[in-house]
Amino acid sequence: MVNFFLLILIYTGIYSLMAIGQNVITGYAGMLSLCQAGFFAIGSYVTAILCVDCGWNFFATLPIAALLSALVGVLIGLPTLRLKGDYLAIATLGLGEIIRNVINNWDSLTNGPMGIQRIPKPSILGITINPYNKLGYLLMVVIFVLVFYLILKRLADSRMGRALEAIREDEIAAGSMGINVTKYKVFSFAIGAACAGVAGSLQTCFSLSVTPGTYTFMVSVMVLCMVVLGGMGNFKASILGAFLIQLISYFPQLVGLSNAFPAQVKQILFGLILIVMMIYRPQGIMGRSRRTYRWAGGKTKDSRFLARLAEKLKPGKSKEASK
Amino acid sequence: MGSVSEFFQHFLNGLTLGGIYALIALGYTMVYGILKFINFAHGDILMVGAYIGLFVFDFLRGSTPLGPWWFFAFLLAMICSMVACGLLGMFIEKIAYKPLRKATRLAPLLSAIGVSFVLSNTAAWVFGTQSRKLEYPFDNTPIVIGSGLNGVSVTPHQILVLCASAVMMIVLKLFVDKTRMGKAMRATSLDQDTSKLMGIKSDHVISLTFAIGSALAACGGMLIALDFKVYATMGTMVGLKAFVAAVVGGIGNISGAMLGGLLLGLLETFGVAVLGIPQGYKDAIAFGVLILILLFKPDGLLGKNEKEKV
Repeated sequence: MVNFFLLILIYTGIYSLMAIGQNVITGYAGMLSLCQAGFFAIGSYVTAILCVDCGWNFFATLPIAALLSALVGVLIGLPTLRLKGDYLAIATLGLGEIIRNVINNWDSLTNGPMGIQRIPKPSILGITINPYNKLGYLLMVVIFVLVFYLILKRLADSRMGRALEAIREDEIAAGSMGINVTKYKVFSFAIGAACAGVAGSLQTCFSLSVTPGTYTFMVSVMVLCMVVLGGMGNFKASILGAFLIQLISYFPQLVGLSNAFPAQVKQILFGLILIVMMIYRPQGIMGRSRRTYRWAGGKTKDSRFLARLAEKLKPGKSKEASK
Repeated sequence: MGSVSEFFQHFLNGLTLGGIYALIALGYTMVYGILKFINFAHGDILMVGAYIGLFVFDFLRGSTPLGPWWFFAFLLAMICSMVACGLLGMFIEKIAYKPLRKATRLAPLLSAIGVSFVLSNTAAWVFGTQSRKLEYPFDNTPIVIGSGLNGVSVTPHQILVLCASAVMMIVLKLFVDKTRMGKAMRATSLDQDTSKLMGIKSDHVISLTFAIGSALAACGGMLIALDFKVYATMGTMVGLKAFVAAVVGGIGNISGAMLGGLLLGLLETFGVAVLGIPQGYKDAIAFGVLILILLFKPDGLLGKNEKEKV
């Protein structure tokens, strides 16, 4: 059972990477993309092919996986990101399906529906990371999630994050304020894709085999649900969402009732949770993290004055409460 | 690709496939026209329709030998399944979408994905994962028109599909264009608030829209089930492609959905048969067409171009 819990945590980590990528696209830039499965697949296959056919080290394939996913993200993002809302969702959904379709049929490279097996175990500095040693593997995944979390958090707090939020709130207004809408949209799409690519690499070296059946449209939907369940525009919430959804998915096995609950029941439960959540708490469990501004502190005369002014001009508790 | 008859053969096959896509696309387009959201559960309603049709048909035909009764039973089963799915569609709308009318655009979409999960997995749980076969209610030997190499073969199934989809589409078009209720539907899709002020009960109109869309999906589901198998996820891919058809024709536009469906069916058939695209990439054709259409004519072939107002 401990082993099983570790498995859930590992999958949480892998999906967290995808979810925080999705959060950049959907939570920050406000674009509804359903393509994470496609980038996940690209990352997985890049690692699998480079490891098996070219004998690369797993860690050397990671940047390639991230870059290639991001590149595909940019290539398909440039034309499609002009589309709005639902249209973008459908176009990206189509792209995800096309990627899977190509992988499924490009036999000479991907071995078609059979997939690629016997991927060598990753090693670094003479230490072989054995996916069967779940604790060790979990540690590696946690490091990855932490690194990406910190990078993305910093990015989101930067000029770019503010630009993305402006685009989400009102694209036309953002454009007229001099924000290069296309550039930032494509950029966020590329970041999201790169995250999913890295997640794909980790998935490959965990399962040591890849088959196209893993990368269905369902994966994209799951990732989107993680982001929405946790709360959009909040990286911690995305990770929480990933954990909760993995927990629900594996709950019957975890408590040893997998015979009593057929696999479908958890999916039914999952669907019901989604519906109920949308009706009663559409902002997710944690909600959006609100950007708050703090004055630099009382160091200078000006800033002390500004702080007093801010206290006086505070939008009032009544306004805040009414929200 | 040589003779004219071969061309007609592919044309006929494409038209049949397209007819089914069009029937299902109508449900998407009607719902989108009024509520502006993608009903992801539509494909699963199609699956439910196919199952209900299968059970009613098997019950009615019992152990009687193949004969005219079978065809009659099939039609009865289709009516049952359409009514049941119509009710199911209304029920789903009440439970999962109605509370979300005023919510953000993402909320109903995700709720629809939830409904889709519930429907397809309940079906897999209750009916099992093995696929079932809906028997042809008639002798499905192809009828060859013409002779030898110049012949075009038509299966009775194709005739049924073409007739059924033509009848459904004409009835729907007349209903929407000529009746009072149809007028209410058009008004609601144009502007829900104003139509409410004019005394239109928009909740009824929305319920009716879901009922009609779901009934058409059930009909499409049974027609597909004759040629393919009935299983819990049968609706997913067909549903997605039908949605593509609706977008290609111009979403929210009923004639557009018909045109888009037929076009998509023809493109898929000709893409594989004439352009030599490998069979495996068949699904990619639909999505490729979708992306191209969205890029060059984002409002679809028959859609109106709406400039965004600031």
